[in-house]
Order: sequence, then structure tokens, then C-alpha cells
Amino acid sequence: MMLDQRAMSTLGAGSREAARVTHLTWFLLIAAAVVYVIVIAALLAAVLRRRGGVDADVDTTPVSVRPVIIGGAVIPGVILVALFVAGLGAMRAYPTPVGAEPIRFFVTGHQWWWDVSYRDASASFRTANEIHVPVGRQVEIQLTSADVIHSFWVPRLHGKIDVIPGDTNAIRFTATRIGSYRGQCAEYCGLQHANMAFAVVVEDSASFARWLAAQGQQAASPVSADEQLGERLVVGGPCAMCHTIDGTPASGRVGPDLTHVASRAMLAAGTLHNNRATLEGWISNAPSLKPGVLMPALPQFTGRQLLAMTSYLESLH
Amino acid sequence: MMRTLRVRSWMLRTTSVLLAGAMVACGPGDHSDVVAGGSPARGRAELGAVGCGSCHEIPGVRGARGLVGPPLGGIAERTTLAGRAPNTPANMIAWLRDPQAIEPGTAMPNLGVDERTARDMAAYLYTLR
Repeated sequence: MMLDQRAMSTLGAGSREAARVTHLTWFLLIAAAVVYVIVIAALLAAVLRRRGGVDADVDTTPVSVRPVIIGGAVIPGVILVALFVAGLGAMRAYPTPVGAEPIRFFVTGHQWWWDVSYRDASASFRTANEIHVPVGRQVEIQLTSADVIHSFWVPRLHGKIDVIPGDTNAIRFTATRIGSYRGQCAEYCGLQHANMAFAVVVEDSASFARWLAAQGQQAASPVSADEQLGERLVVGGPCAMCHTIDGTPASGRVGPDLTHVASRAMLAAGTLHNNRATLEGWISNAPSLKPGVLMPALPQFTGRQLLAMTSYLESLH
Repeated sequence: MMRTLRVRSWMLRTTSVLLAGAMVACGPGDHSDVVAGGSPARGRAELGAVGCGSCHEIPGVRGARGLVGPPLGGIAERTTLAGRAPNTPANMIAWLRDPQAIEPGTAMPNLGVDERTARDMAAYLYTLR
């Protein structure tokens, strides 16, 4: 799982669309290798060919232009046309024609995180930086940006696509392999461009249905005294100005939705693993961990309050 | 002159280590091998995995640049932990495992660190002089 997350290789395809690109890559690579070997062999033959000893005069045998035309124009022309046609074939898959009922997500790029929203007849929710999709079903992701141009790229699932403010682009793919796939902004977008990652989790349809149902729920109510104190501080404090926690008065839209923040594997768009220590460090002083982030340091809380806020956020599964 | 100084500081260090060993089992400034059975290499990896670096600057731990708690560079030389407990390996291990027991109300959470892991972490921290 972890390995899958980290792999940013275009070769280990996890979807039909990525498999086409992988096949094209191998075809181009092998074709190039064959041409390379032939050219180097011809070069070596020319260099090593005996020209009648060191003392011989310049070779004056008349040269035929036919091999030059065939080897220098006709054969390369045929090869290039073949590669072009193969490339067109792979490009035709982009975007895949929309199927009967794709699972549809709306993703908005922000400096430096990904807002994800989903709505259908049964569920409607927002989350961030982590998208779950079912294996074998077509998925459409509609993309736009809230600020600058970003690029949405999960190399093992699909090619890059620009994420442009004021415009909507879409990708469609059908995942074929279960696993967690790392994605990354692929268009330089400012200071924390490198820490603008996300995950696409491909799972079986039962797990996906469970995820969908859970994400559609309102936030869990705090149970322990610590969690209750935490909720009061989070919902009644500065956090609520920027973050939404569905089912509480916290309804800010500037930062990621925190309704189910504890269900996510990573924090701050792939910057940190999501655990108790990182969560508290992030709440208290986010800019120290991701300089330039819009979330300010919050030095007004006591240790006890920070622990309580962390406990509350940790309970939001 | 240089040579004399070096020899002298070497002698001083040996003497102080011997003295420290004789007087108290462990004290601030002791070497990591004093943390019996602790592995600095494992401890360093654990400090990263647990997420200590989101609150502390820890030399040698990747991404450890948090500015919530104190930086841990030179922690081996410090005399107190949490401003109240003498900086001994035993106290360090206890602190890593259950900071709330030593300093109730501290922002440092109990992170479910077991004895072995705490020992390894302490072993690494005592290499930071």
C-alpha cells in the first residue's frame, strides 16, 4: 500500500487509460532501441571498412545515392509515420468517451491542496486530498482552479491535465488494480508546489460504497470530556472561520473540509502522515511545516487546549 | 599548543565520563551507549515515524522542523527536561512515554510510545550534543 502511494512511475499502470500510455511507451522505446542498434552498426561498419590500406589514396569509387535515399528518408519516414499512428491511437483514448454512469468528482485546485466534492442522489459531501474510486467503474474527475494554474497528475492512472481557473477540464479513467496511487500537482504553482500531493485510493465496490456512505455522514459527536472541550475550541474558535465540519456551526470554505479529517491518510496535501503528533504540530504551527501555507500559526492555545483539539479532530472518522 | 589542548580536552572528557559513571549512573552529557540497549539508528527512524518533527527541530531527522516545542539540538547537554526533571536517560524515557505524567498540561501528547521505542529514541537524542 505504502509503496503504491509513493510510486510516481508511469510504467506500473493501474487503469485502462494508463495501460495504453504504458504500451505506447514500450513500443516507442523498443522501436528507438532497434533503430539505434542498426544506426550504430552501420556507423561501425563504415568506420571499420577497409579502404585499401593506410597508404591508399582517397576512395574514388562512384557512390550510389539510392542507399542514402532509402536509408535516410524512406525507412525513417515509414518508422516515424508508424510511431505517429501508434501515438494517435493512444491519444484517441483521451478523454475516454463517457460511459453510462461514471462516478463523478469535482476537484478544485488551491495553493496548495485539492478540494474534492461529490454529489449524487444519496450522498453529497466535500473532502480533501484523497479520492476513493471503485475498481472497474468509469470515473470522471472535473477539474478547475481557485487561484493559479495547477496540473492534476496520477501517473499510474492517467496523464497530466491542466487545472485552470475559470475553466473546467475533465479526465476519465477506469481503474483496473486495487491500491493507493499517489498524485501530484505537475504545474509549478508557487512556494509549496512540491507539497501539493494527493491520493487516489482504488478499492473494491463494497469498500467504496462504505467510504461513500461514511463521507456523506455528518461529523461524529464528541464523546470524552477532552473531545468535547476540543469541539468547543475548534467550532467556536478560529478554525471554524476557514474550515467546515458538517453537523456543527463550523462552515468556513477557505480550507479543507474537516468533517472526516481522521479518515484521511495524510495531512496538508501529502505533506505529513496523519497521526496525533503531526495533527497537533500542524494545528499549532502549520507555517513551520509548510512555509507559505495560508493557515496561520495559532499561538493562543494552552497545551491542554491543543491536546483537546487534537483529540476532537482525531475522533472525526 | 593545539596538541596540548587536544590532549587536555581528551583527558578532561575521559575523566568526567569516569567521574559521572562513578557518581551517578547516568547524567546529562552522557554518551548514547549509556542508554542501555538503545539503538540510535532505530530511534532516529522512530522519531521520524511518530511525527516528533512536526513540533520539534531534530537534527538528522528528515522534515523535523516544527516550531511548537523546543528544538532538540544539544538535548544531550541540557540539564533539565520539561523545565523540571533532571535530564537522565531514565527520565528521558519516562518523558517520551508519558509526558503528561511528568508535566501535566504540557502540549506534548502521549503518543503510545512503548518502552523499547522510547529507549531507542533516547539513545538517538543523546547523540545530539
